[in-house]
Amino acid sequence: MSNELNHLLARASKGLMSRRDFVGRAGALGVSAAMASTLLATAARAEEPVKGGLLRAGMQGGESTNTLDPALAASPVPFMVSMTYGDTLVDVSPTNEISYRLAEEISSSADAKEWKFKIRQGVEFHNGKTMTAEDVVATLKRHTDEKSQSGALGIVKGITDMKAEGDMVTLTLDGPNADLPFLMADYHLIIQPGGGVENPAEGVSTGAYKVTSFEPGVRIAFEKNANDWDSTRGHADQVEIIVINDNTARTAALQSGQINMMNRVDPKIVGLLKGAPGFEVKSAAGRGHYVFIMHCDAAPFDNKDLRMALKLAINRDEMVQKILGGFGAVGNDFPINSAYPLFDESIPQRPFDPIAAAEAYKKSGHDGSPIVLQVAEGAFPGAVEAAQLFQQSANAAGIPLEIKREPDDGYWTNVWNVSPFCASYWGGRPVQDQMYSTAYVSTAEWNDTRFKNARFDELLLAARGELDQVKRKAQYSEMANLVRDDGGVILPMFNNFVEIVADNVGGWITDANQELMNGKALQKCWLKA
Amino acid sequence: MHPVIKLVVQRLALGLLLMLAVSALIFFGVEALPGDAAQAMLGQSATPEALANLREKMGLNEPMLWRYGHWLFGFMTGDMGVALTNGESIAKAVGGRLGNTLFLAFWAALISVPLAITLGLVAARYNGRWPDRLISGITLATISLPEFVAGYLVLYILAVKLHWFPAMSMVFPGMGVFERLSAIILPVIVLVMVVLAHMMRMTRAAILNVMQSAYIETAELKGLSPLTVIWRHAFPNAIAPVVNVVMLNLAYLVVGVVVVEVVFVYPGMGQYLVDHVTKRDLPVVQACGMIFAAVYIGLNIFADVVSILANPRLRHPK
Amino acid sequence: MRRIPISALIGLILTGGFFFVAIFAQLIAPYRMDELVGGVWDPISATHWLGTDSIGRDLLTRMIYGAQVTIFVATCATILSFVTGSVLGFIAATAGGWVDQALSRLVDLVMAIPTLILSLVILTALDVTMINLILVMGFLDSTRVFRLSRAVAVDITVMDYVEAARLRGEKQGWIIFSEVLPNALSPLVAELGLRFIFAVLFISTLSFLGLGVQPPLADWGGLVKENSAGLVYGIPAALAPAIAIAALAISVNLVADWVLSRTTSLKGGRGA
Repeated sequence: MSNELNHLLARASKGLMSRRDFVGRAGALGVSAAMASTLLATAARAEEPVKGGLLRAGMQGGESTNTLDPALAASPVPFMVSMTYGDTLVDVSPTNEISYRLAEEISSSADAKEWKFKIRQGVEFHNGKTMTAEDVVATLKRHTDEKSQSGALGIVKGITDMKAEGDMVTLTLDGPNADLPFLMADYHLIIQPGGGVENPAEGVSTGAYKVTSFEPGVRIAFEKNANDWDSTRGHADQVEIIVINDNTARTAALQSGQINMMNRVDPKIVGLLKGAPGFEVKSAAGRGHYVFIMHCDAAPFDNKDLRMALKLAINRDEMVQKILGGFGAVGNDFPINSAYPLFDESIPQRPFDPIAAAEAYKKSGHDGSPIVLQVAEGAFPGAVEAAQLFQQSANAAGIPLEIKREPDDGYWTNVWNVSPFCASYWGGRPVQDQMYSTAYVSTAEWNDTRFKNARFDELLLAARGELDQVKRKAQYSEMANLVRDDGGVILPMFNNFVEIVADNVGGWITDANQELMNGKALQKCWLKA
Repeated sequence: MHPVIKLVVQRLALGLLLMLAVSALIFFGVEALPGDAAQAMLGQSATPEALANLREKMGLNEPMLWRYGHWLFGFMTGDMGVALTNGESIAKAVGGRLGNTLFLAFWAALISVPLAITLGLVAARYNGRWPDRLISGITLATISLPEFVAGYLVLYILAVKLHWFPAMSMVFPGMGVFERLSAIILPVIVLVMVVLAHMMRMTRAAILNVMQSAYIETAELKGLSPLTVIWRHAFPNAIAPVVNVVMLNLAYLVVGVVVVEVVFVYPGMGQYLVDHVTKRDLPVVQACGMIFAAVYIGLNIFADVVSILANPRLRHPK
Repeated sequence: MRRIPISALIGLILTGGFFFVAIFAQLIAPYRMDELVGGVWDPISATHWLGTDSIGRDLLTRMIYGAQVTIFVATCATILSFVTGSVLGFIAATAGGWVDQALSRLVDLVMAIPTLILSLVILTALDVTMINLILVMGFLDSTRVFRLSRAVAVDITVMDYVEAARLRGEKQGWIIFSEVLPNALSPLVAELGLRFIFAVLFISTLSFLGLGVQPPLADWGGLVKENSAGLVYGIPAALAPAIAIAALAISVNLVADWVLSRTTSLKGGRGA
C-alpha cells in the first residue's frame, strides 16, 4: 500500500476526512470504491474502543461562580460540562459539515426563511422522560427570553415563530439565513426537558453522561447514561472534569498521572516537555484569534491613517513565534481564516513594515502624545508580553505606543468594549456570518471596534440569504477587505488549540471547532486496556 | 470580681462590638464599590429596563440601612442569601469550603506551631552556636521564597519527579480521612515552610530578650539547667509576643492561603472568595469577609486572654 | 570595636551589593530595559549572562532593573510601616486607657479583613502606581508592626523603671524614646528584617495577581511570574529572580540578626 494511501486512511479513520472524500481520493490513487470502503472499515476497527474505567480531564477556565444552566455557559469548563451531559440538534463535524444529532433531517424553503427539523424519536432524557419536538421548541423559546440571559440570544432572536407538530419542528426567521443549521450547533442550545424552564440548572439532557456531582470551580463528576441513544460514544463508566486553572499545576497533574487529558497548554513549555514520556501534545488549528481593538469612533483612532500605521507596525511573525511558540498562524486584520467555508485565499497578507507605518503615522497628523494600549494578563494568554512586543515594534516606527496593564479583575466589564484601545480575544464561530454578526455589524452589542460601515452591513444581509456559493464567496471577500483596510481590529495571530493527551487515552481526533475535540473528548475517548 | 476575669469579659465584649463594626465596614465598603450588583450581573447586556427589574427583584431600591439590618440579621441566623452568579445558597457553598480550609489550616498549625516553638527554644538555648545557626539558616531560606515558587518547586520535585505524593490536593465529599490526609501533604509542607520562620524567630528573639533580665540571672545562679531556666522562667515571660505572632500566622493559615490553593488545586475559601471578587458577586464577598473577620477576631481575643493570663504583673496587679 | 562575625559580613556585603546595583541600575545594565535582543528563553551565553526572558529580553538587564524596583518599593513600604506602626504602638501602650482601646480596635478592624483582598480592592479602585503600591503596602503592614510593638511595650510599661519615670513626672514622649524604645528594640529589629522580606514577597504576590508595577518595568516577583511557566523546567529566567529574592531576604536577615545580638549585649550591660 502506498504511503499516501496510508496517510489518507489514517486521516479518514480519525475522522479528519469524510468517508466520501476518502473514497474519492483513494480512487485517484487507483483503488476501487469497494476496496476503499473495506480498507476504511479495517482501519477504524484497529482502534476498537475499550469500555469501562474513569476518564479525567483537567481544565483551565472554571470558576466557583459557574452554574449548570447551559444558557449561562461562557467559559471552557461550563462549555465542556454542557457537551458532556447534553445534546444539540446538530453538530459541526471536524470537516466543517453538519452532522445530525437530535435532529434527523433538515430542510428549508427556497428563500432560506423557513426551516424544518425532523426530531429523532425514542430518545430518553436522563430523568426517564421521552424527548419530544415540544421540548426542542421550549428549549429554543427559553433562550429567546431576555430573562434567561442566554449566551445564544443573538443566535435565536432572529427566529420569529417556532412550531412543534408531531416529530417536526418548524422555525420561521425574520430574514433569510442559509447558515441556520450551523447556528443550531451552538453549545448553549442543548435540549432540556420542558426546555429547562422550570429548573434550568437541573443538569438533565440526553447526553452520554449524567451529572452525579457538581462542585463549581472544583470538580464535576459524571456516570455513564445507560439508556444513551447513541452507542458509538460513552466508553468510560465514569468521567470527571477537574478544574485546574493554574498552568503549571495542570501540567504537573497530567505528568503525575492524575488526569488523562488537559486543555490550554502554555505553548512556551511545549518545547520543554519534548522527550518526557507518557503523553502527547496535540495541536489543532482553529478559528480563535487574539486581537488589539481600536474604537473607530474615538480619537485618535477615528483617523484611518493612524489605524493603518498601527496595523503596519505590528510584527506578526515574531508574535506567532514568541507568544504562540509557533502553534498558530499570522492574522491579516480580519477575523476569518482558512478554517471557515468560503474563505478567500487571494487576499494579500499584510506585512510588518515599519517604514510604511512611520509614513502612515506622519500622514495621520497625530500630535505625538502617548497612545495607550490597555491590557491584562487575562485578555489572552501572553497578552501583556504581546503588548510589550507591539510597543517595541511600534516605538521603532516612531509611534508613541504605551502599555497600561489592568488587573484581570473586572477587565471584561471595565475595559473591554469600553476603552478605545485594548487587548482581547475571540473564540471564532462556525461560519463567517455568525462571526461578523457577533462583532462587526453596526448594530452588534459586541461591536468592540465600533466599526460602522453601511456597505458592510448591506453585504452581510445579502450574503446571509445567498444560496449561490460563488456569489456568496465574493461578498464575503469584499467584507473581509473592508474590515482589513478600514476596520479597528489589529489581528496579529490565530491561535491553535494546544492540548495534552496521555498515552493511555484512545480515540482522540483533531477537531478544531472548539477545544478538547469540540468538547466531545470525554464522551468519545476511552482508556486503553 | 477578680480583675483578670473582668479583663477577659471586657475583651469578649469588645470583640463582639468589633465584629459589629467590621460588619458595617464590610457591608458599606462593598456597597461603595463602583457599579452595583445588578449591573455586575447583567454585564454587557444591561438594558435600562432589565437593570430596573433586577434591582427591584434584589431589593436594591430599599434604604441602605434597612438592607444592612436585614443582611446582618440573616447572617446571624445562618441565612447568607444566594450567590448572584449562580443562584446557589452561600451558606451551603461556604460550609464545605470553610471545612476544607479549616482542615488544611488545622494540620498545618498542628505541625508548625509546636515545631516553631521548639526550634525557637533550642535556638535560644544554643544562641550563636551551630544549632542556632542551622535552625536560623534553614527557616530563613524557607521564608525567603515567594509562596508560589516554593509551591511549584515542591510540586515538581515531590510529585512530578519522585511521584511520592499526588500533585493535586483535590478533596471532595465522600472521601475518607486518610485519603484526605494524603491529598493535603504537599500544601501542608508549603504552608509549614511559609509560617514556620516567622514564629520561630519571634520565639527566639523574645526569649533572648527575657534572658537578659535580672531574675533569669538569679535562676542561673541558683544552678538550674539552661533548658529549665528557659522553659520555666524565660518562656512564660516571653509568651505575649510569641502568642501574638502565632495568632497572626494562624489567621494567615485560614484567610491568606489563596496562592497555595491555586497551585495545589485545593477547594478552600481563598479560591472561592477570589473567584467571586472578580465577578463582583457582592453577597459572597460580604459573607466571606464576615467569616474571615470572625476567625481573626476570635483568634485575637484568644491571644489577648493568653497574654493577660501569662503576665504575672497583670495577673497580680499591685 | 567588636569583630563582625562572618555571617553578618556576608550579609552586609550582599545587602550592600544589592542596594548598589539597585541605585546604579541605569549605569550597570548592559542593555536597555525593554530591548528585544534574542529568542524566547535563550540559554546562558557570553552575550547574555543569564540568558533571555519569555519574549527575548536580556535577563541580566531585567534583573538589575528589577532590583531597583523591588528594593525601592520594599524599602519605602517597610520604613512607612515601621514608623507608623511602632510610633502608634508605643503611644497606645504608654498612654493606655481609651487611646489604647481606640487604636487597638481600629487596627483590629483593618486587620480583620484579609490584607490581600483589601489591597486587591483598594488597588482596583485607586489605579496602580508605584506611590499607591507603597502607601497601600506600608499602611496595611503597619497594623502588624503596631500589634507587635504594642505587645512588647505593654510588657515594658509595667516595669518598675517606667513607673519610676512616670512618678518623676516625665513626659509621654520622653518615656517612649528613652525607656520604651531602647528596650523594645531587639524584637523590633528582628521583625524589621522579616517585614522587609514580606514586603518583597507581597509585591511579588501582587504581581502574581496582575497588580504590580506597570510593564515593561517589573519587580523580581513579576519576573518570576512572567517566566513562571519555565520554573519547573529549570529555565534560568524563572529561577534567577527567585534566587535573587531568596538571597536578598537571607542577607538582610543575617544583618538583622547581627544587629539583634549587638543590641541584646548592650542591654546585657544595663542588666548587670
